[in-house]
Amino acid sequence: MAKPTKPTKPPKPEELVKIDYNPPEKPWMEVPVEFKPGTFCYGTRPKYLEEIGFPNPREWSPLDDDWKLPADWKDTVLKGIGERLKKNRAFHLFMDICVRCGACADKCHFFIGSGDPKNMPVLRAELMRSVYRKYFTTGGKLFGNLAGARELTSDVFKEWWYYYYQCTECRRCSVFCPFGIDTAEITMMARELFNLLGCNTDWIAGPVANCYRKGNHLGLEPHTITSNIEFLVDDIEEITGIKVEPTFNRKGAEILFVTPSGDLFGDPGTYTCMGYLMLFHELGLDYTWSTYASEGGNFGFFTSMEMAKRLNYKIYAEAKRLGVKWILGGECGHMWRVVHQYMDTWNGPADFLEEPVSPITGTKFENAKTTKMVHIAEFTADLIKHGKLKLDPSRNDHLKVTYHDSCNTSRGMGILEEPRYIINKSCNHFHEMHEDTIREKTFCCGSGTGLNAGENMELRMRGGLARANAVQHVRDKNGVNMLANICAIDRATLSTLMQYWVPDVGVSGIHELLGNALVMKGEKERETDLRLEPLPGKEDEDV
Amino acid sequence: MGALLSFFVVIVLVLIALAGVQGAGLYVLFGTIIPYAAVATFILGVILRVIKWSRSPVPFHIPTTCGQEKSLPWIKYSKLESPSGTLGVIGRMALEVLLFRSLFRNLKPELRDDDGPRLVYSSNQWLWLGGLAFHWSMLIVILRHLRFFTQPVPFFVTIIDSLDGFLQIGAPHLLLTGVILLLAVTYLFLRRLFNPPVRYISLPSDYLPLFLIMGIATTGILMRYFFRVDIIHVKELTLGLATLNPEIPAGIGVIFYIHLFLISSLFAYFPFSKLMHMGGVFLSPTRNLANNSRIKRHVNPWNYPVKVHTYEEYEDEFREKMKDAGIPVEKE
Repeated sequence: MAKPTKPTKPPKPEELVKIDYNPPEKPWMEVPVEFKPGTFCYGTRPKYLEEIGFPNPREWSPLDDDWKLPADWKDTVLKGIGERLKKNRAFHLFMDICVRCGACADKCHFFIGSGDPKNMPVLRAELMRSVYRKYFTTGGKLFGNLAGARELTSDVFKEWWYYYYQCTECRRCSVFCPFGIDTAEITMMARELFNLLGCNTDWIAGPVANCYRKGNHLGLEPHTITSNIEFLVDDIEEITGIKVEPTFNRKGAEILFVTPSGDLFGDPGTYTCMGYLMLFHELGLDYTWSTYASEGGNFGFFTSMEMAKRLNYKIYAEAKRLGVKWILGGECGHMWRVVHQYMDTWNGPADFLEEPVSPITGTKFENAKTTKMVHIAEFTADLIKHGKLKLDPSRNDHLKVTYHDSCNTSRGMGILEEPRYIINKSCNHFHEMHEDTIREKTFCCGSGTGLNAGENMELRMRGGLARANAVQHVRDKNGVNMLANICAIDRATLSTLMQYWVPDVGVSGIHELLGNALVMKGEKERETDLRLEPLPGKEDEDV
Repeated sequence: MGALLSFFVVIVLVLIALAGVQGAGLYVLFGTIIPYAAVATFILGVILRVIKWSRSPVPFHIPTTCGQEKSLPWIKYSKLESPSGTLGVIGRMALEVLLFRSLFRNLKPELRDDDGPRLVYSSNQWLWLGGLAFHWSMLIVILRHLRFFTQPVPFFVTIIDSLDGFLQIGAPHLLLTGVILLLAVTYLFLRRLFNPPVRYISLPSDYLPLFLIMGIATTGILMRYFFRVDIIHVKELTLGLATLNPEIPAGIGVIFYIHLFLISSLFAYFPFSKLMHMGGVFLSPTRNLANNSRIKRHVNPWNYPVKVHTYEEYEDEFREKMKDAGIPVEKE
């Protein structure tokens, strides 16, 4: 086996922005794929596939000539495509109806950041369409290349692998497509095909295996979850003088709270988690954490629909076992795409739960009538609207905040106003980024769908250029120093992205900002924010 | 390359019609048999294609939301960009199909490097304008042509006809949509040829329909304004086709048969080509579903049981650790 490339440092920003957007002379089918260091992830280790019972576990590297695919790999792929065409109208349709108008071409953050024409959504899709035409359409069978068709070869398979792991399924292209063609759908199918042959990335397969057995991506075992949260409880006590008392796997609680495990481990996610803990304590909410369903996110979603369903199963199963009334979900991007658009279809109906009602305000969350799962931004916005929280936004006066809409929550759910409402009530200084880079037109962090590894850092920094550049603009114009968001992957990846492109801007979840502003009953005078940094006006006293 | 090839194909089609009619006198073949065969292929082909798509179920509820979801009552939601019900979806689809809503959003990013990199976005609606002009003029031209296939001519066709010629230039009156169609299709062709990324992604099958339509529009315009054909006889032929009473009146110029043959080619080609986007757009699950998946359960017809890791298995593995951490367990 060829040794995996070492994580290479990306070139300096001023080097990286020298981007050539002109396509090469040669037609794209004649340009062979080149695995450039820093732009792809390691292939998965066999043990991860073994743990979840996936085929073809073996040691391999994308740089190997021989990927050690089974002898009948081609049949497997073609059969896989055929099945998916029959099972999924979106996939079938998106193979057929593209007119190559090019409206999507410059909408992809990876194209903007790399200039590689195969990162234009239309061409990313053509990588697969060309094979579809060859084997599934009359024109392609008869006219081959002239009809835009080509053979499936191992080079084509590698090219797919390279480019379908350069798509973050962000759906920005589908907003601009006159037919709503969503490259995410094609990428998902491609990744399912890779997984038929044991070709997941290590960075995705690892969290999947962890999540399957231990309940969360990070592989935190039950006692580690409680002790991590105890840490946060201690910090909250230090800051507020109040001891919050979360419970775990508690039967009979009214609400099950599920959040991405990233919130329990590593800042700035942990500050967001402190915000949740403080809020729930202040409300006296009858809720419980679960160590079994301790992951809201779902790297299975970046593997195959089946794997996503296998992981997602735990949320309803645990809600049922604990006998809660409904489920509250934390800040996470793809978790909410899954909860909003897939969970009920896969693992519902959740008829053992009740239609969610806020125990504090009495608000019925009618928009969650069937899934019985409410987004925490909906929950909190409702509390604030009803005057149930005492907030002192001046405690965030050291922050000039902008808000990044996550791909999934904006284009796969449509939760745009609630987070802004919460930020505006928690902070005095809020500035929107350019309108063409937010809401449904928001740009990906560049590292979604499991691309947030270390070895593909150049790709990530390229993919995040558009996002970072919009942040840089409000930093220069409005002095913005905090990038708020409602996504755990964002909290991790945007931090890295900011360090690279806009070093003086921090990253936070919105419940961290809320936690700062939340005036709790019986709290001591706060000296610091949740990061244990002195509050405005308290700098001297702290010394 | 693709453009040349497609151009060549259309020239060959013109020559075939020329040779077949002018040379070999195959009037029945080009005036009756081929048009019927083409229309039959079109109708059957389109139906079969749509049936094939419809047979694939929509397993997941995947609208692309382009606006605020319907959530709390005091938050204004976006009825057309993130519709919560059927009415909103109809509105969204109508905007998409009639006005090309998504294409209208088009933005052009530009990476400038003055004092550090700066991405600047400008709106770019040329493609939207060209596409809209092309499709609408095409529709009106088709509707106008109904006067060749009906007797008496329905009133709306007459109205369209007179509106289209309202400028009253020349005799016969210049019909605007014919000219707009030719201009728009030329724009789409030039864009494909001179915009580098678009040229890079273009296949021969992207140029072919453009050349066919150019050929159809050109022969149509030539026939109306320059090489006049006997309109009475043309109508006898077309009405005969429409009433399944085909006849071939003598004395219709060959240019009419070229026009007709190119149209027949387009019709026959349609179901096998990207032109099927016309039917496909209505089926697109990212556009034609309401954003209500947490309100109403979406059923996947092939949903099947999967292997899961149960709580019992989990507790069996971690029971001691859970007990030590004070986490309640099912089995002590």
